[in-house]
Amino acid sequence: MISRAVHFLDERAGVAPFFRKALRYVFPDHWSFLLGEVALYSFVMLVGTGIYLTLFFKPSLAPVVYHGDYLPLRGREMSEAYQSTVDISLRIKAGLLIRQTHHWAADVFVAAIVLHLLRIFFTGAFRKPRDLTYYIGLLMLIFALLEGYLGYSLVDDLLSGMGLAIGYSVAMSLPFIGANIAQLLWDGPFPGSDAFMSRMYVAHVLVLPVLIGTLIVLHLTLVAARHHTQFISRRATEKKVVGMPTFPAYAPRSLGLAFAVAAVLFLMGGLIQINPIWQWGPYHVSQATNGAQPDWYLGWLIGALRLVPSFDVTIGHYTLVPNAFWGGALFPLFVFLVLFAWPSLERRVTGDYAFHNLLDRPRDAPWRTAIGVAFFTWIFVVFLAGAADRMFVLFGLSYQGQVWAFRVLVWVLPVAVLFVTKRICDELLRGEVVEVRRKLVEAKPAA
Amino acid sequence: MTRWVIALLVLVLGRFRRRPRLDSEARIVPAGTPDRRAENVVLLLFACATLCAAASLFVYAWDAIPNQTQFLGLALGLAFAFVSAACIVIGRRLVVTEELEEDYGTTHPEEEEALDQLVAEGGDRFTRKRLLIVAGAGAGTAIGAALLAPVASLGPVFDVSSLYRTPWRRGVRLVDEAGRVFLADDVEEETFYTAYPEHADREQMGAPLVVVRFKPAELQLPEGRAMWAPDGIVAYSKICTHAGCAITLYRKPTFAPVEPKPALICPCHYSTFDATNGGEVLFGPAGRPLPQLPLAIDGSGELRAAGNFSGAVGPSWWGVRNHGPRS
Amino acid sequence: MRAALVLVVLGLACVPVAAADPPSPGVTHVKVPAGTPAVAWGAQLFGANCVTCHGPNGEGILAPVRGVGDQTGLGPSLVGVGARLADFYLRTGYMPLDDPYSQPHRSRVLFSQGELAALVAYVASLGPGPGVPSPHPERGNLADGQESFTEHCAGCHQIVAEGGYVTNAVAPPLNKASPVEIAEAVRTGPYLMPRFSEKQITDAELDSVIRYVIYTKHPDDRGGWALGHLGPVPEGLVTWFIGIVLLVATCMVIGRRFHA
Repeated sequence: MISRAVHFLDERAGVAPFFRKALRYVFPDHWSFLLGEVALYSFVMLVGTGIYLTLFFKPSLAPVVYHGDYLPLRGREMSEAYQSTVDISLRIKAGLLIRQTHHWAADVFVAAIVLHLLRIFFTGAFRKPRDLTYYIGLLMLIFALLEGYLGYSLVDDLLSGMGLAIGYSVAMSLPFIGANIAQLLWDGPFPGSDAFMSRMYVAHVLVLPVLIGTLIVLHLTLVAARHHTQFISRRATEKKVVGMPTFPAYAPRSLGLAFAVAAVLFLMGGLIQINPIWQWGPYHVSQATNGAQPDWYLGWLIGALRLVPSFDVTIGHYTLVPNAFWGGALFPLFVFLVLFAWPSLERRVTGDYAFHNLLDRPRDAPWRTAIGVAFFTWIFVVFLAGAADRMFVLFGLSYQGQVWAFRVLVWVLPVAVLFVTKRICDELLRGEVVEVRRKLVEAKPAA
Repeated sequence: MTRWVIALLVLVLGRFRRRPRLDSEARIVPAGTPDRRAENVVLLLFACATLCAAASLFVYAWDAIPNQTQFLGLALGLAFAFVSAACIVIGRRLVVTEELEEDYGTTHPEEEEALDQLVAEGGDRFTRKRLLIVAGAGAGTAIGAALLAPVASLGPVFDVSSLYRTPWRRGVRLVDEAGRVFLADDVEEETFYTAYPEHADREQMGAPLVVVRFKPAELQLPEGRAMWAPDGIVAYSKICTHAGCAITLYRKPTFAPVEPKPALICPCHYSTFDATNGGEVLFGPAGRPLPQLPLAIDGSGELRAAGNFSGAVGPSWWGVRNHGPRS
Repeated sequence: MRAALVLVVLGLACVPVAAADPPSPGVTHVKVPAGTPAVAWGAQLFGANCVTCHGPNGEGILAPVRGVGDQTGLGPSLVGVGARLADFYLRTGYMPLDDPYSQPHRSRVLFSQGELAALVAYVASLGPGPGVPSPHPERGNLADGQESFTEHCAGCHQIVAEGGYVTNAVAPPLNKASPVEIAEAVRTGPYLMPRFSEKQITDAELDSVIRYVIYTKHPDDRGGWALGHLGPVPEGLVTWFIGIVLLVATCMVIGRRFHA
């Protein structure tokens, strides 16, 4: 039956040579090379569950009064968007499962991208000729962050509404052009016109998924065109890639991972509650709740916003840099600038413009690893600061004390970590040299 | 008759005849030993997956089953988990894991040269290449700008005056969530109230107020605001000047010698504003004091606005200090 | 590796310990002959436990006084606060308070029921004040309660009453609060909490608020494990420590573990 299908396709599209090449394409084998696939399959889950949700969600801010079964909201005024999400969660069979799976998939999607990025960075896989692939990956990360933010903001619940007000304020805080950009995006002062909901919706269900999908295709094409990188071994060299072919070895493994991603996400979607918006209530400009947080992948921004001391930079009456700019805009901009600039910076500093198909172990590039660990530590400490209020409520650690401690740690810890990591890498390398020498000495018979 | 039957049989059976291998010595995939145990495991896993998927269908169909979300997720998730396990067993035990070699790609200098030549020769006939390119680019840029122009219709990108506008002006009455007018006598100390302008849209940053009462002696309002707090009642914008969240926390000391002073606090990043001195920032990242609304008590004891806010409301932007709020 | 695991387990074990009610300072019990009126018994208990901070007649000590041992004497006047306030602070264990500068918190009540009643009666006798309220949450409307709670309470106590941070203080979670305690707290405004009178929140509205707070103790969690109703922070922890851990483990099963 398969041979009939192959024959059919070869007659119609001439694809037999392509299939033959594709099915024997070589994949180097290491578990850390599968992290990108985890992200890919999470994306597939997102699209699948997302399409289902669009069949029920109403992207409209028109006010309605809730008359459904959930008593704490009965008689409350809310937007159609919020009400339709409450209905998906509480009235539509399997609706809550799909909705929760969708949200968990978004969280896991970004987490997998971040892990994948860390692997790429610390093994030097971004070096020529794969820097373009790396840039595309970074772009996908940015789009994924935006996509997630828009996704949970569509619901118009109390928590995400507060998050949108903060997003608006960060846009407003851009020097010179902030207010203009914010007015453009929101169609007027916050909360903007009803058109803003349409914009979020079309961005979330069409524009960004298409962008991310296209970039995924480009990303994978580039990976295939240049082949995957690999760790050095006896047979694996800069010239020869060693691994298992798509068929019959790799395909079942990759399929297995795909189904595992689906399994984990459906299990989480059914067993662990996420974003119970019916408990938060609808959003109103004059309302708020304590303990409101963005989804985890934006936690670094709330930490930054909370740590920046109180000042607006003004020149006379002109407000040059509103406070929210530093934590909400400059910080993430700087992080992504560094990530984008890294491949060319590293080339220039090391003078190494050659192709690299072999991966470094982290210890093989001590400075890159040390600076990388310090840089990500910096981001992580800011991220931790975002949850300082919960640390206070749970453990009684003074919030003001934490703010000051974090303000110091944020600069001190990365520097300390930089030197410690560099030392560890150097020592590990030195240890290997000693091992090799010892083995040589043992191999030589005593004179 | 028999000949026809035999012919028919041969025809039919011939369809199932195995096509001979092209060259049985040159295998593409190396041979491997069978593993019936692994096959049995895979069969078992597929059976389990089928049962779980059937269970999820059953749960979906039968409403009486409680905790639908949990059982649906468990059944569907396990179904996928079993299929995943089956695939992994197939991958590790039932197909041959070959280690193949391939060349990494390099660059193609000859082709690159050919392409360069192609482009160069293609443009041979032009005498003023650079000028034409500039002209083309200019036309393209202009068309791009023209196509982008409708983007400006998305919002008032050039007119930021609405950022100064609030629904408050002298004489507007304060009402609560239910639309009832605030009487000055209703406002008590040691608590806080949310007020809105009568007959105005509440879903805008300039609308909600937070109202508190102090003893007049406790107030230390800035210059020029002595009349802004009749009978000790003060009103501030409810929208934090840091990032736009609603200020929904009010801290009031029960016993002043051991407790911090009264303050209005925002739950997002904990900007803390002093309600007794014009909304100065006590703690947190807000870079601007909370805008204060002057109040007046009219003849019937109702609270009314005596003007617009002391400053523009909401988060800071480049022009937030350039102008006061407009009604 | 094992040491790290032990440290993690120990660290996690500290969480419930830290989050549990801390022990209250000791109290002095006073035995009285049977038939002693409550006010008199209460006066004796007050004398043994409260005068250091609240003064010999509950008039308060408004400037810090060095007392017996390491005790600093500093506390508000209790004249006219009524049974309502005394009942709240004593039944929650907010009082007695070891350090007048620290925030009172819910703790184990060491007084007996009789002693509590006596103390409440005594404090009520210091001056005319409000009595212990008797709310009727079953008469309340859940949706009205949700709306009122969002408006007046969620900013500090969080939308489903899981508690939160207020600059320099904690707004506690309300899962242990009884209906009477909620009514008392709303009307009294303990520590830094605002005081909501009947004018601002009527008794009927208060019934609705209390009904909602009771609901938040067991809200509709049909989505599964509720993660403490704290939102994205525990969700992020689950993403990494359950989702990613499971998936990375799967990758490690599928792929080669060490490079050659």
